[in-house]
Amino acid sequence: MSDTHTLPAGAAALAARQYHLAHEPHPENGTSLGFWLYLMSDCLIFAVLFATYGVLGRNYAGGPTGAELFDLKLVAINTAFLLLSSITFGFAMLSKQQRDVRGTLAWLAVTGLLGLAFLAVELYEFAHLLHEGAGPQRSAFLSSFFTLVGTHGLHVTFGTIWLVTLMIQIGKHGLIPENTRRLNCLSMFWHFLDVVWIGVFTFVYLMGVL
Amino acid sequence: MPEHTIPPAHWLLGRITWDSIPMAHEPIVLWTFIAVVLGGLVVVAALFKFRLWGPLWRDWFCSIDHKRIGIMYMVLGLVMFLRGFADAAMMRLQQSMAFGENMGYLPPHHYDQIFTAHGVIMIFFVAMPFVTGLMNYLVPLQIGARDVSFPFLNNFSFWMTTGGAVLVMLSLFLGEFSTAGWLALSNLGAQDPGVGLDYYIWGLQVAGVGTTLSGINLIVTIIKMRAPGMQLMKMPVFSWTALCTNALIVATFPILTAALVLMSLDRYAGTNFFTNDLGGNSMLYVNLIWIWGHPEVYILVLPAFGVFSEVVATFSRKRLFGYTSMVYATVCITVLSYLVWLHHFFTMGSGATVNTFFGITTMIISIPTGAKIFNWLFTMYKGRIRFELPMLWTVGFMVTFAIGGMTGVLLAVPPADFVLHNSLFLIAHFHNVIIGGVVFAVFAGINYWFPKAFGYRLDDFWGRCSFWFWLVGFWVAFTPLYILGLMGVTRRVNHFEDPSLQIWFVIAACGAALIALGIASFLIQLAVSYARREQLRDVTGDPWDARTLEWATSSPPPQYNFAFTPVAHEIDAWWDMKKHGYQRPLSGFVPIHMPANTGAGVVIAGLSTLFGFAMIWHMWPLAIASFAATVLASIIHTFNYQRDYHIPAAEVAATEEARTQQLAAAHV
Repeated sequence: MSDTHTLPAGAAALAARQYHLAHEPHPENGTSLGFWLYLMSDCLIFAVLFATYGVLGRNYAGGPTGAELFDLKLVAINTAFLLLSSITFGFAMLSKQQRDVRGTLAWLAVTGLLGLAFLAVELYEFAHLLHEGAGPQRSAFLSSFFTLVGTHGLHVTFGTIWLVTLMIQIGKHGLIPENTRRLNCLSMFWHFLDVVWIGVFTFVYLMGVL
Repeated sequence: MPEHTIPPAHWLLGRITWDSIPMAHEPIVLWTFIAVVLGGLVVVAALFKFRLWGPLWRDWFCSIDHKRIGIMYMVLGLVMFLRGFADAAMMRLQQSMAFGENMGYLPPHHYDQIFTAHGVIMIFFVAMPFVTGLMNYLVPLQIGARDVSFPFLNNFSFWMTTGGAVLVMLSLFLGEFSTAGWLALSNLGAQDPGVGLDYYIWGLQVAGVGTTLSGINLIVTIIKMRAPGMQLMKMPVFSWTALCTNALIVATFPILTAALVLMSLDRYAGTNFFTNDLGGNSMLYVNLIWIWGHPEVYILVLPAFGVFSEVVATFSRKRLFGYTSMVYATVCITVLSYLVWLHHFFTMGSGATVNTFFGITTMIISIPTGAKIFNWLFTMYKGRIRFELPMLWTVGFMVTFAIGGMTGVLLAVPPADFVLHNSLFLIAHFHNVIIGGVVFAVFAGINYWFPKAFGYRLDDFWGRCSFWFWLVGFWVAFTPLYILGLMGVTRRVNHFEDPSLQIWFVIAACGAALIALGIASFLIQLAVSYARREQLRDVTGDPWDARTLEWATSSPPPQYNFAFTPVAHEIDAWWDMKKHGYQRPLSGFVPIHMPANTGAGVVIAGLSTLFGFAMIWHMWPLAIASFAATVLASIIHTFNYQRDYHIPAAEVAATEEARTQQLAAAHV
């Protein structure tokens, strides 16, 4: 391995080699890749919480079990709220594609209201459990249940705060590139929370009452 | 049960009382505090005298230039390194004297804080900032970019890391630090009522956010911002290792975050994740923390491998032997590092099948690592080797690290591990790979890239002193620990009964003294080099006749890195340019689009750190207020749409003209 350079086909090819760009390149915007990576890192946090629930989820410590506590009808309504909010966010994105600022804002508002409805039902459920003496301190099962579901709820809360912020910004500046980029990110975030919730609904609630 | 873990607290001041200030009863802490205050006053006074607050704030604290942030990371790492080494020296001194009647000078509770602080600081606030600093400085230059993908996020990440370091340092003078070891024993977590563990939790949480974001940032930078023509398989090896390391960061730091959140909930909300009753499982914590913890050592060592790959090729004047195999080995290590965590607790009792699986995966990881060692050796084979400082550290690394790797393979054998678990043999092993790998790489890297960052080389004589003191000191300090470990001496002990062991601890303390001389030589090297900077000046921008793109620009590089975006054709892009007689362009400059500085990162990170502090001391009103302020400041920051500007073509032309003059004056 000496340092002799393997020369390309001929001097002509060499002369044609260009070593810099005469004009400023426009590098691809990395926001969407970066946001995907962030979502995957967030996904790992949920993975840990799911794994914790998997390990501790049947450690009732003589306390109430999921089958005794969970009210599937209430959770079904809540799931419906969240899934609907994903659809309405989709409509907001369609309006955005058509450059329709008012339509976008209207559908975002509906999405936010559905998100708040979801949070309200979740808070009601938590309050009910606490009232029954089934708080997170009662057993490892309840600790992991409250943490997994609560972390998802916290994400929805921050998503809603973000959504309101973005509505103000779209109202102020319209659908400028910065705002559409942010809207794309929030859209991914919102659908991501939906996917996580499907996991929660399946593994925690449905399998919990089996 | 944990209802009573939290003692009643003042509504505003939380748990802070006069007793929280340990100086009153600990003379060591008192003297340290006096020294820190005096040193701090000198620095502050100097900043006022020379009117440096403005430039410091505008050009450094608010800077989103990846080069300045990289340098700030290195400074943070160096400052914390001195603290971490002071802890190490105190432990070596204590263990060399505390035999029989003599109890040494450190009471057990203080000693426990010191070994915990040493581990936490050296990994999170020394090794991580050093490695992140190198990556921050070099990756955009090596791939021919103007900055990272998210420059503001980069500044914010740095200040979050610093915020974590501030919290850990604060524990020295206000309250106490954790006594639970660098990974925190979890069942202590729920029960220990002190603030030490809370300092640990919040220090790491604040810093962890910064690390995760900086990981995302650098991955996107490498994927999206490489110079035209630089396909992934033409990227410098250091950038490859940076890519893999940041992938590992994004894949593991969330697990640390989650594990610490669960432990915090046990402490703050009385949950039962890791408790011993009501269904908790403390081994769950051990699993989670090591699923982060093992990849963490590869997060540190992969960029170290990258540094050595660059150094060995440059100073052998050959392209790196087996570039492709080097890349594949790096990727293999990245994947495998995720599959070995259980070897840290073979003794948990998972059974022979599980232990065998993890024993084998651990042994397999030595294959790609060994391939790398051979690649470096074959690069040197028949090369024209120059034993400049970076090369010295590299050769020292190869010898030291290979031995450390072999003791690691010994520990990977579960039956052997049952004997050596938690012994000083283990301590010797991981210092052997972390000092021999990461620390040597940091010194190699500093000596190699310092001329790029500051425009002059580091002094050779003091550099050689530093290297030899370190190398000899390392072996004198840690060989006795191997021997003691084989005799069955366990780690984290502050007093011994058997006087026959003492001689080994005395030798180890002498080794630590040699390392102290190595560190002192390094500091002298910095000072002497600064004093002699005109003699050591390099105007070419390429003092080592190197191969990768960072050497294609001036030293220090202009804010925009490259006047024109370079085009890469081969693996060693700059070497290729030099071989083909590339001339730097002297005209035709165009305006350059750059991100603008902002103070938002300092503010948001400062508020987050305040939130951490309030949580540590149970100051609930302050915690709520600072958390709300953090969210609010972040939202306000998103209302700023003016985040960039253009450097006018005339300014670029002027900068480049100045360099032309400089090169002409030096007859290059």
